[in-house]
Amino acid sequence: MQTYNLEADGLRGLNSALHAQNDTVTEDSWEVTNPKGSHAIACGLDAPIEVTIKGSTGYYCAGMNQRATVHVEGSVGPGVAENMMSGQVIVAGDASQYAGATAHGGLLVVRGNASSRCGISLKGADIVVQGNIGHMSAFMAQAGNLVVCGDAGDALGDSLYEARIFVRGTVKSLGADCVEKEMRPEHLEILKYLLERSGCDAKPEEFRRYGSARQLYNFDVDNAQAY
Amino acid sequence: MCGIVGLFLKDKSLEPKLGAMLSEMLITMTDRGPDSAGIAIYGSDSDGVGKLTVQSDDPQVDFETLADELGDAIGAPVALSRNDTHAILDVPGDKLEAARDALGGLREGLRIMSAGDVIEIFKEVGLPRDVSERFDLPAMSGTHGIGHTRMATESAVTTEGAHPFSTGSDQCLVHNGSLSNHNSLRRKLIREGMRIESMNDTEVGAAYLTWKMRNGASLGEALESSIDDLDGFFTFVVGTKDGFGVVRDPIACKPAVMAETDQYVAFGSEYRALVNLPGIEEARVWEPEPATVYFWKH
Repeated sequence: MQTYNLEADGLRGLNSALHAQNDTVTEDSWEVTNPKGSHAIACGLDAPIEVTIKGSTGYYCAGMNQRATVHVEGSVGPGVAENMMSGQVIVAGDASQYAGATAHGGLLVVRGNASSRCGISLKGADIVVQGNIGHMSAFMAQAGNLVVCGDAGDALGDSLYEARIFVRGTVKSLGADCVEKEMRPEHLEILKYLLERSGCDAKPEEFRRYGSARQLYNFDVDNAQAY
Repeated sequence: MCGIVGLFLKDKSLEPKLGAMLSEMLITMTDRGPDSAGIAIYGSDSDGVGKLTVQSDDPQVDFETLADELGDAIGAPVALSRNDTHAILDVPGDKLEAARDALGGLREGLRIMSAGDVIEIFKEVGLPRDVSERFDLPAMSGTHGIGHTRMATESAVTTEGAHPFSTGSDQCLVHNGSLSNHNSLRRKLIREGMRIESMNDTEVGAAYLTWKMRNGASLGEALESSIDDLDGFFTFVVGTKDGFGVVRDPIACKPAVMAETDQYVAFGSEYRALVNLPGIEEARVWEPEPATVYFWKH
């Protein structure tokens, strides 16, 4: 395992060393010490490597991730795993706003709480939050799954497209065009798979499913006066 | 973008280190606000003595005989201690308003940064590290303090546009965000008799809270009502003589992280600002909820 001291050796050096694994993996296990809330740690990775960050990070940790598995042994600032394409990002603590924003693929697990706009504009990734999520989460989410073991804040799933939202606790309010939907066997299967994969012991039957009512997809002439 | 840092000490043994801790936090937030920086520091209370912090673009000339002239004008002894472009004027507490009024007549270009029993405000244009050095912030002690690094949006990059803003005795406010109804609110508050010196949106926010508290609201109540009456984006950190408060607008897109231990409550726009505080690894660290008021009192 390669240990990299971020405080001593700097962010560019770290990300260059990790990007150097893209073509040929020479070292598949990395440990980053002294992150001290720095931004853009382990961004733009594209190799089947494992990176463990020993502490809390700032903005955009593990952004644009492909194939790599990134563990954060602390909390993360805004925009963790933003635009992730594949791989996994696992956060032991809390995540600040817009966790997993626009992520296309892969799995983001937050063991604590995620704040506002979690999974905003989600495009196909899976997000599992073991705690609660803040307001405006899954806003305009297009595809993928957002699983919340705790409670959801205001305006959940506002202007939602085809992403699925599963919440075990309470939902403070649903956003425009987001409705509760029937939990069918295939949804329980998806939930079971995601909960197992993320190491959550919650039971799929305890969740409710929310999705788009699809009333905003087309212009409705009866709403013309609203514009 | 702007950076905010704040530190409210519970452990008296840390008081001599307040300036050192706060200036380190402030410098960490340089990327968020490299154009100006400022700090409000709440020092020790000496019975019956009031403090005015003043700033001048020509301190050599303006401060030279100011203490004597002000003393004559208010009929009481005045002590002046200069710190770069700023000076602290110690006046008898009951003469604070009179001194404030007299200053306008004595020195035209003088800016009053703060007034009160314990508050001192130092702010200037420049990188946070340079601002910290010119005022020797690390040497300052106190019970609590608030700092700000500015990236200007709503008004010019000038000393009076820098934060913190103080619009009431021992009160101050720093702000990350921008207010959109500050022009109409400024007119209203001026009609209500509030003193607003600049065209800056944050000063209007500060004056709004002062006005609320003047009409009997507690700091907590004033912050609660700001959520309804102020339009725009804001993360506010406010200080009073013995209190420290935080509030974010309902959208809460301006970042905020808080940490609390037995020794202190700390605020940072980013976690980076907090990483060198003592015992941070064991601190309770959380993101303040939107439209929720937090405050602490000594």
